Amino acid sequence: MEATATALMPGRSLSVRAAAITLENVTIGYDRRPAVHHLSGEILPGELLAICGPNGGGKSTLLKALAGLLQPMGGHIARDGAKARDFAYLPQAAQLDRTFPISVQEFVALGALRRKGIFGRIDAAETASVERAIAGVGLKGFETHALGQLSGGQLQRALFARLMVEDGGVILLDEPFGAIDAATTEDLLALIAGWRAEGRTVVAALHELDLVRRAFPKTLLLSREAIAWGATGEVLTTKNLSLARTMAKAHDADAAYCHRDETSERADAL
Amino acid sequence: MLYDIFVGPFLDYPFMRRALVGALATAVAGGPLGVFLTLRRMALAGDALSHAILPGVAIGFLVAGLSLPAMTLGGLAAGLVVALASGAAARFSAQREDASLAAFYLVSLALGVTIVSLKGSNVDLLHVLFGSALALDDTALFLLAGSASVTLFALAALYRAFAADTLDPVFLRRASPIGEYMPFLFLALVVLNLVAGFQALGTLLAVGLIMLPAAAARLWTHDLTLTLLLAGGLGALSAYAGLALSFNAGAPAGPSIILAAGAVYFISLGFGRAGGLINNLRPRRHLEG
Repeated sequence: MEATATALMPGRSLSVRAAAITLENVTIGYDRRPAVHHLSGEILPGELLAICGPNGGGKSTLLKALAGLLQPMGGHIARDGAKARDFAYLPQAAQLDRTFPISVQEFVALGALRRKGIFGRIDAAETASVERAIAGVGLKGFETHALGQLSGGQLQRALFARLMVEDGGVILLDEPFGAIDAATTEDLLALIAGWRAEGRTVVAALHELDLVRRAFPKTLLLSREAIAWGATGEVLTTKNLSLARTMAKAHDADAAYCHRDETSERADAL
Repeated sequence: MLYDIFVGPFLDYPFMRRALVGALATAVAGGPLGVFLTLRRMALAGDALSHAILPGVAIGFLVAGLSLPAMTLGGLAAGLVVALASGAAARFSAQREDASLAAFYLVSLALGVTIVSLKGSNVDLLHVLFGSALALDDTALFLLAGSASVTLFALAALYRAFAADTLDPVFLRRASPIGEYMPFLFLALVVLNLVAGFQALGTLLAVGLIMLPAAAARLWTHDLTLTLLLAGGLGALSAYAGLALSFNAGAPAGPSIILAAGAVYFISLGFGRAGGLINNLRPRRHLEG
């Protein structure tokens, strides 16, 4: 199960392998409290998957686990031979220190770090790919601007440009359109559609349902547990959405141990 | 006249030349380190670590007397233990780095003061706390030059990693296997410089040549490379001016150097072109676009 993507941008012959991701009964959380509870499913290579659900439903937590930043408390995430750090990951905004003195060009070039290593020289090919990425996200002319001079939307464009230079087969996006205006959102959506056309897998946590219906063929509706996972039209139904809302509840201070695995094992044994 | 103040002392007295070499080494390596400390919002961590090395220095003193290698090794060990333990506590527990560092350094400092009070005299404590820039022997100079060389080499070789780790540690951790170790490596360099500097400036003031020129340099430019060079340069200038002034005024050398660095900082705070007071409070006319 393997999809090859050619050329993130024209003129590039590198091919990218998008790994299949399989979740087997995965529970992820903090301090023994599950934020994602007993989730199973598969993300196929080249799939464009939206993760929707209420705040606190586990969208960011799931992406962090896919990116290898959180270890599941239970279950297993199989990545088809790929390593978690091979996946390109864009965390929710505002985790960058925007006063850091670095130019847009230098910032986008960080995407090459993975290939070139800490000591590697950024050669002509990498410089060209940085330039293409900056032009591709519509930041041409801003190369020498400091990161701190960019607006919120421009910063998001710069982060997308860095993702493009990373050239990953699997791209994880956490709320990529939060606090971004409509024009920027459309531009970034067009980039995501281009990535899909190249065979990359894109998994994005999103809360604008109209946008998901329009641009994402597959959706996982997550409210700690999977409410539904499949074709977007069948997942985002009124019934499922209201179910997701009622399931989003606060931590139960007296929560007992979860015995679900034991009972399912017993069921298997019978 | 100017010759007598700024050149004469260094030509006439070997101990002044040695002090100058030691202070310059401390300054050129400390400044760039300080820039990264300020960028990481850890401006006070240097101060904390400078307290943390005290028990190591004290134990070294108890074991071997006023022996620089023993006190240095002890200080290095104590500083690294505190830096690594607090870093690991922050990384693997729910505690944030500032809180864990504060906890570890306070325990370390209390341990140090206890050891010194139980076994040493107050004179020894003063020596450790305030250093003796005018009594640097060969061993001390080699130590200072060595630590400065190691620091500058590491910063130059791993410049990209230090910058990326400061700006976006989650990204670096995922992009490169070295990312996981950069925060520890950085703190180790800070400890090394503090321990080397304590002989010349004392544990309390060694951090001054790291932080003051760095804070001043950031007020002049937004370019990282320039900031790093400027911090080293302003530190060297402060070291030189401070020593000259201490000789002429008969003031203690270590505090004079830090006061000179303080003067450079206040001038930068007022006149700095990248965020100084005058620039910020009376902005120049706005541009068309």
